[in-house]
Amino acid sequence: MKRLLTLSVLAVSVLVAGCPQKAPPERGVYLLIDTSGTYTKELDKAQRIINYILSRMNPGDHFAVARIDTGSFSEKDIVSRTTFDDRPSTANQQKRQFRRTINNFVEEVKPSQYTDITGGVLQATEWLSEVNAGQKVILIFSDLKEDLPKGYVRDDITLELSGFEVVALNVTKLRSDIVDPRKYMGRLDAWQKRVTQAGGEWRVINDLDHMTGLFKAKDE
Amino acid sequence: MSFSEVLMIVPNAFLSAVIWLIILAVLLYLARSPVHRVILSASRALHRAFRMAAFSVMRAEGRLSQRNREVLLAAGREAAERMVEREFDRVDATVHRELAGYPELHRRMSEEITAIEEDHHNSSEVPPSPPGWTEAVDAVARIPAKADPMVANVLEDIHKSLVKAHEKATVEYRKATSQRHKLLERMRPHWRRLQQKVNLVDKNIEGLLERSKVIDRQMDEYQETIKGTDRAVRMLSSSSLSQFFISLLVMGVAVGGATINFYLIARPMAEMVGGTSSIAGYQTADIAALVIIFVEVSMGLFLMESLRVTRLFPVIGALSDRQRHRMIGVTFAILLALASVEAGLAYMREILMQQELATQAILSGSGDGGEAGASIRWITTAAQMGLGFVLPFALVFVAIPLETFVQSLRTVLGLIAIGTLRTLAFALRLVASGSRYLGQLLVDLYDLLIFAPLWVEGKLSERREGAPAAAFATGGSGSAGGGASASAGGSRARGGGRSGSGKSGTSRSGGGKSGSGGNATGTEEKTEEGSA
Repeated sequence: MKRLLTLSVLAVSVLVAGCPQKAPPERGVYLLIDTSGTYTKELDKAQRIINYILSRMNPGDHFAVARIDTGSFSEKDIVSRTTFDDRPSTANQQKRQFRRTINNFVEEVKPSQYTDITGGVLQATEWLSEVNAGQKVILIFSDLKEDLPKGYVRDDITLELSGFEVVALNVTKLRSDIVDPRKYMGRLDAWQKRVTQAGGEWRVINDLDHMTGLFKAKDE
Repeated sequence: MSFSEVLMIVPNAFLSAVIWLIILAVLLYLARSPVHRVILSASRALHRAFRMAAFSVMRAEGRLSQRNREVLLAAGREAAERMVEREFDRVDATVHRELAGYPELHRRMSEEITAIEEDHHNSSEVPPSPPGWTEAVDAVARIPAKADPMVANVLEDIHKSLVKAHEKATVEYRKATSQRHKLLERMRPHWRRLQQKVNLVDKNIEGLLERSKVIDRQMDEYQETIKGTDRAVRMLSSSSLSQFFISLLVMGVAVGGATINFYLIARPMAEMVGGTSSIAGYQTADIAALVIIFVEVSMGLFLMESLRVTRLFPVIGALSDRQRHRMIGVTFAILLALASVEAGLAYMREILMQQELATQAILSGSGDGGEAGASIRWITTAAQMGLGFVLPFALVFVAIPLETFVQSLRTVLGLIAIGTLRTLAFALRLVASGSRYLGQLLVDLYDLLIFAPLWVEGKLSERREGAPAAAFATGGSGSAGGGASASAGGSRARGGGRSGSGKSGTSRSGGGKSGSGGNATGTEEKTEEGSA
């Protein structure tokens, strides 16, 4: 009996202190790509980002890519979305398929007249809440300059970003920003304020060669 | 009215302080005796409590030591019985193997000896029989008429016949001798075979003698263990410690093997049980892989137990031979199946790795998807499959160090517990002594605070002791009784301060008690003496 007890204790200690790793939380990533005006020229960078994100996705994670155009609060603007399968081999195939879809989109995309970032963020929060991911990340690949057509109401909308990470990627400087950098800073500050007031976390990554910190906070 | 104003007895602060000090000293002096008693009682109580605790711990240590000794001796007895039993098994096997063939050997040796005897008998030299007509020749030779030619012819013929017969006899003799040599030649292989067989018997007997020496030695050890001598306990203890560390080392190696095994099968397990589900926060795939390894180790334990290599499960050891053999077959079959599954999983892991590498290569835009090196990829695949197949069987042997580890762990834990209890007892005794001397120190410090009243008291008592002495010298008999009573009171007071008898300060304090309690008791005793 004592021997069995000792053996059990040994087995449990190996189990507890041994090889198994804690299961990472399911990750949900929603990438908004600005397709307005000259930003379409930056889409190759967006492709790189998507490829990087795909390489970091695990089975069970959720990933969606949507365009920011005149009215982004629409499911029609979602270019591709998927929940990766439990099995690693199937998840692998899904990644390849996702990449093909994005490639086709980049080849065929036409510039939009306006930039509805808030609508895109709203759509992102809706989808990420729907899939109920453990870690919710909204990536905005844009210069963050919102340009809405007449009649579109976005200023009075209160965002609910509690539990969301919002990361602005490749926030390019416009010609007017070069003339007056305060505009650029003001734009960034305004978005940061908006996101943090809505309960979310705000980050900016402009150097796309150092993307390793994109999901670092939750990985570690 | 502030607190400082309350303290100001007189307008001068220094004077107020001095007055307060005097008041305090007087109060402390008056409370000296009960305070001393409290301090000393408390220190005594602490001293006794800690001593008792130390004693209890030592008793527990003694019981544990005894128990450890019993366990160690029992384990040693079991091990010695096992060894002796095994040696007897070997002797039994040798005797069965060799003595089972003994009748055959005996028959063969008898046959060899018979053959040698026959050959020897046949080779014995038979003297040639003298011819029957020699007497007739002798008679003819004695005929006197030797000059007669007829007789001479007859004699000549006889001579010729004799020569001829002699030659014939010589030939026959040579022929017979040659025959005998041939027979002796035929005896040689018989001798050699006989010698070989005798050598074999000698070797077997030597082996048996060696075994019997080993058994004798082990029986001596066994007897010492049965007697429970200190030497046996020491030997068993040191042997147990060394076995513990060796088994720990081997088990560390085994855990390394199990870890490699785990990483070999954990990844492809996700294909079977899913890569997202989790149990108690751990990935199900990881737990499934670990469970497979545990099942393999368990099967290994059962296999070793069924083979009677280990004795962890008495139930398996008590099974009949037929059931045991069946169990060996079943456990081996399960192990084989698990090893095959692991080899398959290892293969699958390699495929998954390749697919993932290819996808990563596509996503990073680096091109070929890992086609380079495809020609040598089979080596890693084969190596992984081989490891996947071999490791479960290697893990079977974990049962041996595991058994040793479990057995020696009891002894090691016992030794650690004994050491801890001894240290604890020592610490408790140290604290007990410390508390005793701390009480003494506090008493002395207290007296230091009231040194002034004590000094005054000393002076007064000196004067008191001087006055009766002077009266006694002048022959005052009435005051002699008073002096006696005073000394009686003093001695009583000293009796009251018994606990501090070892220290001069305390004896002084005992003497000091005569100021309060001492006086009272002195009066009582004076009354008693007076009545007597």
